[in-house]
Amino acid sequence: MIESVFQLITQYLLQPAVSFVLPVDYQAEGLYVLQTVVKIMAILTPVLVTVAYFTYAERKVIGFIQGRIGPNRVGFFGFSLWGLGQPIADAVKLIVKEIVIPTGSNKTLFVIAPILSLAPSLAAWAVIPFDDTKVLANINAGLLYVLALTSLAVYGVIIAGWASNSKYAFLGAMRSAAQIVAYEIAMGFALVGVLVAAGSLNLGDIVYAQSGSFIHWFWLPLLPLFVVYFISGVAETNRAPFDVAEGESEIVAGFHVEYGGMAFSVFFMAEYANMVLIAVLSAIMFCGGWLSPVQGIVPESFLSTPLIGAVLDEGMHWLLIKTSFFMFLFLWFRATFPRYRYDQIMRLGWKVFIPITIVWLVVIASLVVGQVPPWFDG
Amino acid sequence: MIEQLVFYLFGAVLLISASMVVIMRNPVHAALFLVLAFFSSAAIWLLLQAEFLAIALVLVYVGAVMVLFLFVVMMLDINLVALREGFARYLPIGLTIAILMVIAMGLVVSSDYFVGDEFLVKRTLADDYSNTRELGLTLYTEYLFQFEVAGAILLVAIIAAISLSMSKLKITRSKEPGDQVLVKKEQRLRIVKMKAEKSS
Repeated sequence: MIESVFQLITQYLLQPAVSFVLPVDYQAEGLYVLQTVVKIMAILTPVLVTVAYFTYAERKVIGFIQGRIGPNRVGFFGFSLWGLGQPIADAVKLIVKEIVIPTGSNKTLFVIAPILSLAPSLAAWAVIPFDDTKVLANINAGLLYVLALTSLAVYGVIIAGWASNSKYAFLGAMRSAAQIVAYEIAMGFALVGVLVAAGSLNLGDIVYAQSGSFIHWFWLPLLPLFVVYFISGVAETNRAPFDVAEGESEIVAGFHVEYGGMAFSVFFMAEYANMVLIAVLSAIMFCGGWLSPVQGIVPESFLSTPLIGAVLDEGMHWLLIKTSFFMFLFLWFRATFPRYRYDQIMRLGWKVFIPITIVWLVVIASLVVGQVPPWFDG
Repeated sequence: MIEQLVFYLFGAVLLISASMVVIMRNPVHAALFLVLAFFSSAAIWLLLQAEFLAIALVLVYVGAVMVLFLFVVMMLDINLVALREGFARYLPIGLTIAILMVIAMGLVVSSDYFVGDEFLVKRTLADDYSNTRELGLTLYTEYLFQFEVAGAILLVAIIAAISLSMSKLKITRSKEPGDQVLVKKEQRLRIVKMKAEKSS
């Protein structure tokens, strides 16, 4: 269905526009650029809507865990609808608020910082395969690209902390920089494990390497790396229990203490977009991406039945379900765990996670070389 | 066409940001321009289908090295006036080195090595060409010995850096988490009985 909509847009919107504006020689390239822009919009619009409603989900889920109701007033057309209009009301409020730029701050960097923290988490979606055909850029080094972009997110935090000209913001930035650098190493090693197991850096090939039922997915042979990756992902996104960068009790709000209005909300969006990204990457690299968990378990004839078959068969919906589960884990963690002490965060990153990943790299390499079934035979 | 536009865009950004690294007075700004320079040179490498090198540049230099660099530059209270002192005194030496480097670079570029048609047109590589695979194969077969030696040197450097930073600090505040877990109430808490004051 998505393909045919895209065909229609190309045929009736982009093609005429290109032939109207550009000379004949450049039309093919112009059309390609426009098509890519349409694809980017088709990916990022749902992502941003997800980000908006993720904030709503967080307040609801944590509310329920703590025995509260959560936001339940703002709705549409006089119906409260469990507070579903809350993210839109929040967005309107943040847009109309004034952005205060503190005196003595570095104005250019102060404004650039939120953009620098949001942009990498959106750019990483370019290589995410939603389906066996739906991916914006099917590049060879997709895994490396994702790792490089997640490591760029720290610049927004550091620059915001420095440009604000505030002690609290600077302390938050320093904490965050040290933490992100520490956990990036563990994260990188965990991804090396995925690379060894899959034999490819292409995210689509990594998903294909996990085909079979849910025991063929990499969460089982790479279980320690999976746990390390997800916890490092929580630490990299500065989320509870690793949110010392904005620890309210000591440094107010950390690096974004001086930001207000839309500038603050871009930081907020970046945090949630990063969480969604970590969730989708965990689903792709360790839980089989778009593959179905019952594949190979239920008989083939079952998958071709009209309605149940479409649900049980592989497809984008499985990726969404898995991603939603990991997104829920972020909220669950926040409602459950108290904040780590700073030296314990550093100890966990450097002295626990990195040795675990290095040991498990040796184990996984031996499993691959020994062609141990059911994962690596064939 | 698009490729050329991208090349000229990133080439211009690279040249401008590289000069800004030298020109900028504030060291934090200079470091940030260096980040931009790394980033745009990675983009140019991507155009040459050297995707592993390009992404490794971003991952290692932009993602880790420059973060620590910025960390240090921001923490240090650099006195800009003291930094600019003695500019005239060092100018002749600096100029001499700069001119020598320009001459050396000119000699390299104009040498016989870079002459020929292969440098005029961009090589087109096969669709299944993987820069990562090629680099891995070359490094781990042809240059295995050199590669391992380089790795050993880096390891020694890491150990040396850590031991240098540890030796000076005789008194550290590092805690042993195992001991902290085993702490009993009696070791930390003393209950004091106090008589209530009588109201007058």
